[in-house]
Amino acid sequence: MKYIDEFNDPQLARRLLDEIRATATEPWALMEVCGGQTHSIIRHGIDQLLPEQVELIHGPGCPVCVTPLEVIDKALEIASRPGVIFCSFGDMLRVPGTDRDLFRVKGEGGDVRVVYSPLDALELARGNPDREVVFFAIGFETTAPANAMAVHQARRLGLSNFSLLVSHVRVPPAVEAIMTAPECRVQGFLAAGHVCSVMGMAEYPELAERFRVPMVVTGFEPLDILEGIRRAVRQLERGEHRVENAYPRAVREEGNPAAVRMIEEVFEVTDRNWRGIGRIPASGWRLTDAFRAYDAEHRFDVSGIRTEEPAECRAGEVLQGLIKPTECAAFGTTCTPRTPLGATMVSSEGACAAYYLYRRMNAPAVQTGGSAQREEVAPVA
Amino acid sequence: MCLAVPGKVVSIDDSADPLTGLIDFGGVQKQACLEYVSDVKVGEYVIVHVGFALQRLDEESALASLKLFEELGLLEEEFGDAWEQAEKEAGTA
Repeated sequence: MKYIDEFNDPQLARRLLDEIRATATEPWALMEVCGGQTHSIIRHGIDQLLPEQVELIHGPGCPVCVTPLEVIDKALEIASRPGVIFCSFGDMLRVPGTDRDLFRVKGEGGDVRVVYSPLDALELARGNPDREVVFFAIGFETTAPANAMAVHQARRLGLSNFSLLVSHVRVPPAVEAIMTAPECRVQGFLAAGHVCSVMGMAEYPELAERFRVPMVVTGFEPLDILEGIRRAVRQLERGEHRVENAYPRAVREEGNPAAVRMIEEVFEVTDRNWRGIGRIPASGWRLTDAFRAYDAEHRFDVSGIRTEEPAECRAGEVLQGLIKPTECAAFGTTCTPRTPLGATMVSSEGACAAYYLYRRMNAPAVQTGGSAQREEVAPVA
Repeated sequence: MCLAVPGKVVSIDDSADPLTGLIDFGGVQKQACLEYVSDVKVGEYVIVHVGFALQRLDEESALASLKLFEELGLLEEEFGDAWEQAEKEAGTA
């Protein structure tokens, strides 16, 4: 129990673990959907504290990781153009495109700026009327209300120099894709808490029923995750498959109706490609016709993009929970945070980055004097 | 950017459109859009993601989360200099 003292309430953590241990009589495989949960699990060694019957499988819940390569390449192309101010969240700076990243584009003279909020990008557009300001609008349901508000405001203010490069994705269709894959081993889900803070829980009962999987809405602090696991295992042992809310302090049944209304005004559901996974029907949002003028893909001709994924990168299998990062031959050797092959190694929510930073054995790290030596990298969220 | 960080509403600018407030995240203060929690009051805690308050949170939970985030260095991560971090990761710092 070497990690447990790091928990904010070690006694409660022990109690939850004891209860999970006492409850689990059969092997169960649970998927955590949120990349923030993956980092919390690996950082606190939760997967190693669990009884061996309970396995955690990491899901595709990192928006940076699943943004398709062609969209990254479009971002790089637009960001390289003169007259453009390209705005992005910091996480996207080092996500590799086919032959470079935004960090490099900036080094080559592109005007790439990191913003904290899409409204900051909107302010840049107001302050630079002679420049085209493009915001890289990625994210799950949690981020969509912010991006929707930015474009809504742009139209209200009559800003003609602001646009979004949209790559929004939705969780429920991804759950469906995972459960219908022939090699799927997932028997229960820890649903992403903050996605549900926005969307509520209405989309999940149908999935829980159809695939007969418990879905427990879970926060991302260590105790939240243990509680989510405890409830999912309890359901599985009882043969139940319900939606439960283990994160009621931040998630209401109805979510945030004002935020959902804004999403629905600005975006419409569309098919999306997921990096490493492929096309998932109805798994994303795009701007509606009323807001199409603010779509960077319409404003800039980026149709000639040719993409090429590195052949040795197995991020797609990691994102689908088919392999653990350490099972990839490139992990920790040719693929490190300094030289990432895929987004999962560089994103602050990526599973490969979590394993590289916090873990530990199995990783083929460079050996120096008998102890594993890692590159110095900043800790990630 | 996945992080949704709890913070305390310090002040609300009723004249701003969209509704905006100053939020304190364990010492770091930033403006956030309050339009999606428009009946929030000064002194209450909210969960903020990419500059938008998404839900209310009780004080005890908010303070516990903030303490954990601070211990893990996540607040610096969220509000620190992303270019500096990218340089470090790229090995050019």
